[in-house]
Amino acid sequence: MTMIRGEHLYKVFGPQARKAVDLFEQGWTRDEVKEQTGALGAVIDADIDVAEGELFVVMGLSGSGKSTLVRMINRLHDPTSGTVEIDGVNVTELDGKELRDLRAGKVSMVFQRFALFPHMTILDNAAWGLETQQVDKDERYEKARKALSTVGLDGWEANYASELSGGMQQRVGLARALATEADILLMDEPFSALDPLIKRDMQSLLIELQSELRKSIIFITHDLNEAMRLGDRIAVMKDGRIEQTGEPDEILSNPATEYVAEFVRDVDRSRVLTAANAVQDPLVTLSPDTQPRAAMVQMRDHEAPELFVTESDRTLVGAVRDDDVAEAAKRGDRTIRDVLHHDYGQTGEDTPLGHTLLDAARYTLPLAVVDEQGRLVGVIPRVTLLSALANRDVLAEDGDPDANGSGPPDAAELAAQAANDGQPVASDGQAHSRGETTTGETPAEEGAHHG
Amino acid sequence: MADEAFSLPRIPIGDGVDAAVSFLRTELSGFFNAVQTVFGASVEAMEWVLMLPPPLVFAAIAGLIGWRLRSWQFGAFAFVAFSVVDSMNLWDETISTLSLILIATVLAVIISLPVGVLAARNDTVSTLVRPLLDFMQTLPVLVYLIPAVLLLGIGTPGGLAATLIFALPPGVRLTELGIRTVDKEVVEAAEAFGSSRNRTLMRVQMPLALPAIMQGINQIIMLALSMVVVAGFIGAGGLGNEVVRSISRVEVGTGFEAGLAVVILAIFLDRLTSVVGQPERNKSKQDA
Ligand SMILES: Nc1ncnc2c1ncn2[C@@H]1O[C@H](COP(=O)(O)OP(=O)(O)O)[C@@H](O)[C@H]1O
Ligand SMILES: [Mg+2]
Repeated sequence: MTMIRGEHLYKVFGPQARKAVDLFEQGWTRDEVKEQTGALGAVIDADIDVAEGELFVVMGLSGSGKSTLVRMINRLHDPTSGTVEIDGVNVTELDGKELRDLRAGKVSMVFQRFALFPHMTILDNAAWGLETQQVDKDERYEKARKALSTVGLDGWEANYASELSGGMQQRVGLARALATEADILLMDEPFSALDPLIKRDMQSLLIELQSELRKSIIFITHDLNEAMRLGDRIAVMKDGRIEQTGEPDEILSNPATEYVAEFVRDVDRSRVLTAANAVQDPLVTLSPDTQPRAAMVQMRDHEAPELFVTESDRTLVGAVRDDDVAEAAKRGDRTIRDVLHHDYGQTGEDTPLGHTLLDAARYTLPLAVVDEQGRLVGVIPRVTLLSALANRDVLAEDGDPDANGSGPPDAAELAAQAANDGQPVASDGQAHSRGETTTGETPAEEGAHHG
Repeated sequence: MADEAFSLPRIPIGDGVDAAVSFLRTELSGFFNAVQTVFGASVEAMEWVLMLPPPLVFAAIAGLIGWRLRSWQFGAFAFVAFSVVDSMNLWDETISTLSLILIATVLAVIISLPVGVLAARNDTVSTLVRPLLDFMQTLPVLVYLIPAVLLLGIGTPGGLAATLIFALPPGVRLTELGIRTVDKEVVEAAEAFGSSRNRTLMRVQMPLALPAIMQGINQIIMLALSMVVVAGFIGAGGLGNEVVRSISRVEVGTGFEAGLAVVILAIFLDRLTSVVGQPERNKSKQDA
């Protein structure tokens, strides 16, 4: 059953909006209309329909009109032309009171920058949609508590948003939207402002919630991986128009326009394995000021022959081996600073992994994933690296290793080597990687071909 | 000298003002009489209340407030400072000035909050109000002192009116600014959950604009204090009278004492109003 239906939706900002719509209907392009009237077509002739219980993703680059489109659903923006129907009710015709009731009861919203009320407690934030409906205090708080509990925020009710991390703040945003028990959630890039690890957690949370609650969701993102991971169906927007709507597979295999095809080429490659979606928490890290003996204890306790070393702000400064640390202890060094080494692979969070895989697999340490400031975000275990290396798709999509400059010069050679002995590339494989073998058909050809 | 033929005809703006004032005096005399009575009575009532405690008790209360709202050092300062005022034999004058300022502030807030809110919501109101505020603030004070006296008579009501006109603008400006600078997304979030305009205003915009509004109130008080001496010229009483008298008799010492009392009031009220409305959320709890 259709829950949300938008037909021929237009939103034009600026002068002569009506005239601009007429011109668009006659087939003018966005630039032509802009030239002629000075008006900006933020959304042009968009049709969407979202079924009950469906998670509908709207994807597109920044400025493509996604936020404007979704704001016409609950009329934070009034459409310049076109209609929106929710559950059979024409939203475009609602008066002030009816519209407020719709927003308080039927449709709720989650925002990119969380948009929490900084002067209210978490509980009051979560209860906001009920407060506007003038639900009495006890009931309001009971429902808000339940919603907070659903998103894993028990015990934070009395805190303020500024005391919470970004991920937790967006959980509050989600709880605020869930507390009203609205059937429809509008989510405008809800996870775009979050760290990759947190983002992944939040996606998982949403998937889990959705499997239970079956809301009708419009989820906006500019992140292709996110769209593919979450969407039952995806609409791709470009310059105010919807280029294609379809299931993820359909979009991948049957791109309707050159633009979508371009998009999909990207997604296909990075979807397989990017740092962001394979990353795990580092087991444990040491501070460079750790005394060698303390470091030895740590390493023994975690049965780790090597550990990463980070400053207190998580800036990655190197790694240490147990032998070297023992030496340092014997010498009577005060800290482990003198025995740091840099024999490990390192990559940025958004880098497609293809390029760094081979390089990274040479080392015994996992691949370090760092953010723009050089802070350790997480690690990708060798197991993952090696199994990815064994997967010919990855290297098929690997592209040109020189493209981002980080491709190791001997990548093809290593791949060939891996192919030959059918063993992990690294010479001194750790216990956990020993069992892994690259499968018979190896990526050698592709690797060589691209390299 | 410009040739007669090329000089602009004289536009009788001043005559217009004269006519307007005398029109107001005759046609709206009832209204102005009422305002005069209300102004006079409210300042007197405030004075009566503030005179209830003996000076030392008052000083102790001021000290207590200073201590609770700021620090014990400030509390101690307040106590000592008000005791000094009493020992200078300026107690009645100080209280009378304080009353005038408090009433002026209350009236200024009552007027400037709604105007500021309207200006924040409506661009037309904003563009209309802005030049008016500039006018009120830049017109030389003595110039509107005269019509104030003509309309409201000599003494407290005229002084209060002049003080009000001079002190009002920052209240309006900072209220508008405070509301306009509330995060747009936060306001949008409030509305996205079905909040009415009034609820959004009272529950979201005003609380978040509070620091700016408090800053406005602080400025209102400071400007009102700076009008004390001017009000003294038209017999509004209090420390202003004292200053004016000492100037005319060239009594440097008395003048200085009265000036000191004004400064003490200024410091006390300034420090007090600059803490209220600041976010007091230091009890941070780290992420789990
Ligand atoms: N309130 C507004 N007034 C004028 N132009 C706007 C407004 N909101 C958005 N736009 C313009 O509309 C276009 C689409 O914006 P938006 O819907 O926010 O895109 P997206 O969310 O995809 O990044 C942009 O060019 C933006 O500058
Ligand atoms: Mg957007």
